[in-house]
Amino acid sequence: MKALIAIKRVVDYNIQVRVKADGSNVDIDGVKMGINPFDENAIEEAIRLKEKGIVSEIVAVTIGGAANQDILRHALAMGADRAMLIETQETLHSLGVAKVLKAVVEREQPNLILLGKQAIDDDAGQTGQMLAALLKLPQATYASQITIEGNQATVVREIDGGTQTLAVSLPAVITADLRLNEPRYVKLPNLMMARKKPLENVPLDSLNISLSHNVQQLKVATPPARPAGVMVKDVNELLSKLRTHEGILG
Amino acid sequence: MSTLIIAEHDGQHLNEQLARAITAAQHWKQPVDVLIAGAQPDDLASQIAALQGVNSVLVASDAALQHPTAEHLTDIIVPLAANYNVVLAAHSAFSKNVLPRVAALLDVNMLSDVLEILDRNTYVRGIYAGNVLATVHNQDATQVLTVRGSKFAAAPSGATAEIKAIATPAAPQGSRWVSEAFNKSERPALTAAKVVVSGGRALGSADAFAQVIAPLADKLHAAIGASRAAVDAGYAPNDLQVGQTGVVVAPELYIAVGISGAIQHAYGMKDSKVVVAINQDPEAQIFKIADYGLVADLFEVVPQLTAAL
Repeated sequence: MKALIAIKRVVDYNIQVRVKADGSNVDIDGVKMGINPFDENAIEEAIRLKEKGIVSEIVAVTIGGAANQDILRHALAMGADRAMLIETQETLHSLGVAKVLKAVVEREQPNLILLGKQAIDDDAGQTGQMLAALLKLPQATYASQITIEGNQATVVREIDGGTQTLAVSLPAVITADLRLNEPRYVKLPNLMMARKKPLENVPLDSLNISLSHNVQQLKVATPPARPAGVMVKDVNELLSKLRTHEGILG
Repeated sequence: MSTLIIAEHDGQHLNEQLARAITAAQHWKQPVDVLIAGAQPDDLASQIAALQGVNSVLVASDAALQHPTAEHLTDIIVPLAANYNVVLAAHSAFSKNVLPRVAALLDVNMLSDVLEILDRNTYVRGIYAGNVLATVHNQDATQVLTVRGSKFAAAPSGATAEIKAIATPAAPQGSRWVSEAFNKSERPALTAAKVVVSGGRALGSADAFAQVIAPLADKLHAAIGASRAAVDAGYAPNDLQVGQTGVVVAPELYIAVGISGAIQHAYGMKDSKVVVAINQDPEAQIFKIADYGLVADLFEVVPQLTAAL
């Protein structure tokens, strides 16, 4: 079966972003970018399913400018078979991304659609569910284990307080939790080989999707800093501070 | 127009975040209805009807809703949504699974984990792991959002709202609940606890985690949390993870034991009223957000603290 993996280029997860002086947006000029960590889990899972003989072809797709080719090459180096860049300079919100991905799914007809559970920049966590809705397909979000037999996927999901197991018929949309797997490191020869794999550029305009622009970011700000704390020398001083200064712990 | 809130429950108990979502919904100054879908939701519906600020409780009752799928809930919510200009829920694994699906079928955007409601369609929410606050305007006809419960007070009870049964569509094919496994605990729920004691990688083992953290949590009637490092190392189960990819807590007292305080962890706890950090490394990031810091060996001072309480 064919697997489609949707990935996003985001600021590296170790970097603490800064707000631009005019508060118009975060300043990501010259900041290290990389593949969204949850999306890397999604790619890794597809590759493992291919190694088990369940998946036959892995297509990685992303949306954005030419710079996004680097994460597609990363996906190809990990083991994806081909990649597709839906080219646009527009900033799309989750619903817009889901609409674009719907067009890609209709073109590619994958049996399995894998995404990360959320992007670590906008922290929305919506795209997979929205895509499933638009395609009228079943969804299994926050997957920490995926087992595929025939046209059915059994998915263990991370929920508040424990786990839940769902059975979904394929095609379905599944979003990856961090616990799904440990993504493999990309080796240099694989990176070289990935340069020869097909990477198609598809202009967004060619997909004939009407996108609304109803959500606008008015401004961004740095959250108020917590006032500086004090260091205590031992447990007794700590307890005394909590009791007398904070009035907690009786 | 009116506001529709989706109630979360486990069949026996309402999620206490519902009362907080009801407070958030009062910002629109219009009637607030609450939908509860379940196999036998009548008792829970009565509890919702008692919450102040609720206009009516809509009850979808069907044996197939014992463990509803996102698809089934969406089929119930989307037709109802025509009567509402706001659809919201408290942010949780449950609502973030269901509401984006609802929003897409209504062809509207959604805002997740809203911290503050500025006016009818302008919100503040965290981006980049809570390191940036974004003010966002949504012009869609139906506002779909999840709100962070800890930012809103819980609505008190003492009211008697009307309870109405609604029709329930058949469960859609294609997705089926198989099983659930919960980590049983006598402790307060992490998101609701007044005190949280969290352990990190420095605990070194699952045994040490249990031996050091649990007695302190017992003394304080606290919930136990964990950093991602502690969860990944197998010291604590996944659902105890506090942070960007785990749960967000804002208790009165948060005690971070052996946690370095990476940005992903800070995201989940920096709105706590008082933060105490116990760490051997004086350079640890956690001391930058702690109100009280103690540089010491956790294996010495945590038992001392437990004994002194």
